[in-house]
Amino acid sequence: MSERYDTIVVGAGHNGLVCASLLGKAGRKVLVLEANDRVGGAAVTREFADGYSVSSCAHLLYQLQSQVTKDLGLKVELARDKLGTVALSADGKHVRINGNDVSGVGDEDVASYRDFRKRMTRFADLLKTYLNKTAPRLAKDASKSDMLTLAQLGFDIRRLGRKEMQEFLRLIGMNIRDEVTERFESDLLRGAVSFDAVLGTHLGPRSPNTIMTYLYRLAGSHARLSQPAGGMGSVTEALAHSARENGVTIRTGMKVKRIVVQNGRAAGVETESGETFSSRLVVSNADPKSTIMNLVGARNVETGFTRRVHHIRMRGDAAKLHLALDGLPSIAGVEKREFADRFVIAPDEVYVERAFNHAKYGETSAKPVFEITFPSFRDDSLAPTGKHVMSAIVQYVPYELREGWSDGARDAFTKLAIDTLSEYMPDLPQRITASELLTPADIEQQFHISGGHWHHGELVLDQFLFTRPVGGAHQYAMPLDGLYLCGAGTHPGGGVSGAAGRNAARAILKSEKVV
Amino acid sequence: MTIAEVEQGRLRSPFFPRQAELDRLFRWHEWKGYASADGFYDTTLEYFSVRNSTGVFDLTPMTKYRITGPDALDYLNRLVTRDMSKIKPGRVAYAVWCDDEGQVIDDGTIFHLRQGEYRLCSQERHMAWLTAAAIGMEVSIVDETEDVCGLAVQGPTSFSVLQAMGLDGIENLRPFGLTTFDFQGTELMVSRTGFTGDLGYELWLTPDKAIELWDALFDAGKLYGIMAMGTEALEHARVEAGFIAAYIDFLPADVTVRTGRSRSPLELGLEWLVDFKKPNFNGRRALAEEKRNGSAWRLVKLDIEGNKEAHNSYIYAGKKGGKNIGFVTSAMWSPVCKQNIALGTVQAPHGKVGDKLYVEIYYQREMHWSRVMAEATVVDKPFWDPPRKRATPPGPY
Ligand SMILES: Cc1cc2nc3c(=O)[nH]c(=O)nc-3n(C[C@H](O)[C@H](O)[C@H](O)COP(=O)(O)OP(=O)(O)OC[C@H]3O[C@@H](n4cnc5c(N)ncnc54)[C@H](O)[C@@H]3O)c2cc1C
Repeated sequence: MSERYDTIVVGAGHNGLVCASLLGKAGRKVLVLEANDRVGGAAVTREFADGYSVSSCAHLLYQLQSQVTKDLGLKVELARDKLGTVALSADGKHVRINGNDVSGVGDEDVASYRDFRKRMTRFADLLKTYLNKTAPRLAKDASKSDMLTLAQLGFDIRRLGRKEMQEFLRLIGMNIRDEVTERFESDLLRGAVSFDAVLGTHLGPRSPNTIMTYLYRLAGSHARLSQPAGGMGSVTEALAHSARENGVTIRTGMKVKRIVVQNGRAAGVETESGETFSSRLVVSNADPKSTIMNLVGARNVETGFTRRVHHIRMRGDAAKLHLALDGLPSIAGVEKREFADRFVIAPDEVYVERAFNHAKYGETSAKPVFEITFPSFRDDSLAPTGKHVMSAIVQYVPYELREGWSDGARDAFTKLAIDTLSEYMPDLPQRITASELLTPADIEQQFHISGGHWHHGELVLDQFLFTRPVGGAHQYAMPLDGLYLCGAGTHPGGGVSGAAGRNAARAILKSEKVV
Repeated sequence: MTIAEVEQGRLRSPFFPRQAELDRLFRWHEWKGYASADGFYDTTLEYFSVRNSTGVFDLTPMTKYRITGPDALDYLNRLVTRDMSKIKPGRVAYAVWCDDEGQVIDDGTIFHLRQGEYRLCSQERHMAWLTAAAIGMEVSIVDETEDVCGLAVQGPTSFSVLQAMGLDGIENLRPFGLTTFDFQGTELMVSRTGFTGDLGYELWLTPDKAIELWDALFDAGKLYGIMAMGTEALEHARVEAGFIAAYIDFLPADVTVRTGRSRSPLELGLEWLVDFKKPNFNGRRALAEEKRNGSAWRLVKLDIEGNKEAHNSYIYAGKKGGKNIGFVTSAMWSPVCKQNIALGTVQAPHGKVGDKLYVEIYYQREMHWSRVMAEATVVDKPFWDPPRKRATPPGPY
C-alpha cells in the first residue's frame, strides 16, 4: 500500500470537490481520485468538435448555494447573469419570462404569474434552509440537533401562517399540471412552467410531486439563471483550485474499482489499474447505487439496506444535444440580443405530458421538449469567431431504449430533434457543421452516473429528506463504518449546488474525530 | 365457477392417505397452505410416544429452500448470525436470521447437503427476504417445499426403528449430522435433528416414495410403539425442550408493526448463535450496539410452583404484584419432568438465572375463577434433556 490518507474521495464531481476542499481546509489529508481525465463530473466543459466547446451536461448555473461559495471563498466569473426565458411558439408569438414578470400573455396571467412566483419563492426559501442541513433523523436514536432541525422545520411551516401552511402542505405532493391549468390562460406559460418542474426527472407534469421539484429548482437563487464564463467546467476548475489550495491531492484518470472493506470497515480503495490506497475514511461522490452495489459490494453491507439501494429509482431521461453552427439560426419574432437568453420548447402542458408518455415505455419522445442556450453568444472562448454552439437539454430520452441504444438509434433521434427544432428555426439544419448527442446511457458511460440521472436518483418525496438516498442512511454516513456519500444522490439532491458536498463534509467533521 | 370446482382448499402432504386412515379426531389446521393434523388419537397419548417410544410427525409443510451457487456460503454467512464456515458438509446448523435492526425474522435449520449445497428449513416462508439478501451475489434460491417431504421420527426407540428398517450405519450418525441412504432406488436423507429435545431423526425424500417410506417405517416400528403424532403433542415436547416458536414466543420482525414488539437473538437467549467475529452479517451493527447498551427484553425458562398451568400469565418481580415485568408465552404441566414449566419474556435486567419471579395464574374450578401468585424460578437448562439425545451410538430400547 502506498501513502496513507485520512480521507479518500471517490470522484471529482463538484460535490466531491466541495467536500474534499472543506475537509482539506479543516486539516484533513485528502486524496481525490477521479475516473475521468478531468475534474468536474457532470459539471464540465469539453470540446465536442474542432474548436467548439460546451458544458457537457449542466449548462446553466442557478443552484450554487451561497454557503458553499462563502465557505470556500469562491468567485465564479459569469459570461451572463439573469438569463431570461423565451417560451417559443412556432408562429413567433413567444412568451417571455423574467423573474416574476411575464410578457406576451394576458393581464390576468401577468398578475397570476406574479402571485404564483411569490408564493413559490416563499416556500422555496423555507426549503432552502433545509437543503443546507443534514436531514434530521426521525427514529428513536435522533440526536438533539436532529430534534432541533425537525422542530425548526415544523415551526417554519407553522410560521407561514395558517392559510399559507395549508397551502404548502396541499401543494407539496401535488402535480404542476393541476396548478398551472388552474392559474394560467396562456398555453405557452403553462408549458414553460411545467417544463421547469419536470426538467431532469422521470416525471411528467401530471406526476405527483412535480410542485416539489419546481420548488427545489427555485431553492437557491429563485432560479436566477446564469452562464459561467468558459462553461460549467470553470466552476469545477475553481473548486479544484480551492481544494488544492487547501492541501488536497487530486488525481485524474484513476477509476476506483472497489472500496476496500476490512474487518467491517471501509479501509481504502483499489483502482482499475491495480493501485491501492489506504485511508481512515472513504467518501464517495459516485451515485449511491454504484457506490454500494459495485464499489462496496452487497456482501459487505446488510440486506435491508442493499434492497433499498437496489430499488432507488434513477433512470435518466435528459439528453444533451450539442450543435456546432457556422452562424446563429433565425427564429421568427426573436431579436438578436435575445440569443443570450434561454429558449424553451414546451408549447403547453399537454405537449410535455405527451413527450413523457413515450419514455415510460422505453421510447424517445416523438415531439421532445427542449431547453436551449447559445453559450457562445456571450462567451468567445467556446467557438471560433463568428461561429456558435448550441447547447440543448432534450427530454424525454429514455436511459433504457426498448430496442437498445445504437449509433443508428442515436442518429435517428438526433435527426428527430433537429427536425423539431427546425419548426422554430427553419434555417438551422444548414448551419450545423457538427453535432454530439449524449443520451442518458452515454452519460452513464462517460460520467459514471448510474442511469445517467441528473440527480443521481429521482427527486421525489419518497427519495427526499429523510429517505435520500434511502431511509436510515440519509445523514451521509453509510451503514458501513468509515464510508460516507457526498454526491447528488444524497440530501438534498442534484444540480450544481454544492449542498450535498458541503453537508457531507460538515457531517464528517462533526462525527469523525481525527485520531 | 362453483366451489366444487376447487379440487382442494389445502395442500395435502404425500403422507396424507396414510394419516387419514389413522385419524380418529378430524382436527386439522393450516400450516403454510398445507393441512396439518392437530392430532390423530389423543394428544397425551401421542406426546407419550415421543417420550417413551417413537412419535412420527409430518414435516412436509416445513418451508425448504435449496441454496446453491459460488456465493452460497458467503450468502448464508451474511444471512444468519452464526458462522456457517464451521458447518461442514454432512452437518446441520440451527440458525436465526435478522433484519438490519438485529430483530429476528425467523429461526430454522440449515443442512449442508454437499460441498456448497445447502437446504434451509423454516416454519415460515421467506422468499422475499432471501431474494433480497441475494441481490449482488451469485447464488440461487429455489423453494423446494413441495419437492421434498419429511417425517420427524422422535423418541427413545427411534434409533431402533430406523435400524430395524434397515438403515445400516445409522448408529454412527451424530447429533446435527446428516447422511443419505438408498431407499427403494430413491435417495433418503436422514438427519439427527428434531424439535422434541429427545433422541430423534428427520427423514427426507421425494414425494413419489412417501407412502413406501411411511409403510416401511411403521412396519419396522410396530414392536417399538411407533405412533403418528400431531402438532399439539409436538408443542408439548418442544416446550419441555425449551425451544422457541415463531408466533408464540416471538413474532417475526417482518410482521410486527409497533416498535418494541420484535425481538433480537440476544433477547431470545440465542446469543450463542451470534458470532461477532464475522465482520458482516444482517443485524450485526444493531446487535453490537445492543450488546454494548443492554437488551430491553429477556426470554426466560420458568420453573413454577404448584401445578396450575401459567398460560398467558403476567410476570411480576414481587409477590405483591405491582407493575408487571413481562408475560408467559408458552406454559404446560410437564408429565416427564413432573414440573410446572413455562417460557416467558421479561424486561431486562429481570430474569437472570436463579431469579425468583412471580406469575399471576388464573384458573377455573367448576366455572368459578380463582387467582394465585405462584413463585417462578428462572432456570438455565432445558427442562427435558436426556443423555440419550447426545449418545452416539444411541442405545437400543
Ligand atoms: C443532461 C444533464 C443536464 C444537466 N443540466 C444541469 C443544469 O443546467 N444546471 C444544473 O445545475 N444541473 C444540471 N444537471 C445536474 C448536475 O449536472 C448534477 O446534478 C451534478 O453535476 C452532480 O454533481 P455531483 O458532484 O454530485 O456528481 P457528478 O458530477 O456526477 O460527479 C461524480 C464524479 O465521480 C466520478 N466517479 C464515479 N465513479 C467513479 C469511480 N468508480 N472512480 C472514480 N471516479 C468516479 C465521476 O466520473 C464524476 O466525475 C444536469 C445533469 C444532466 C445529466
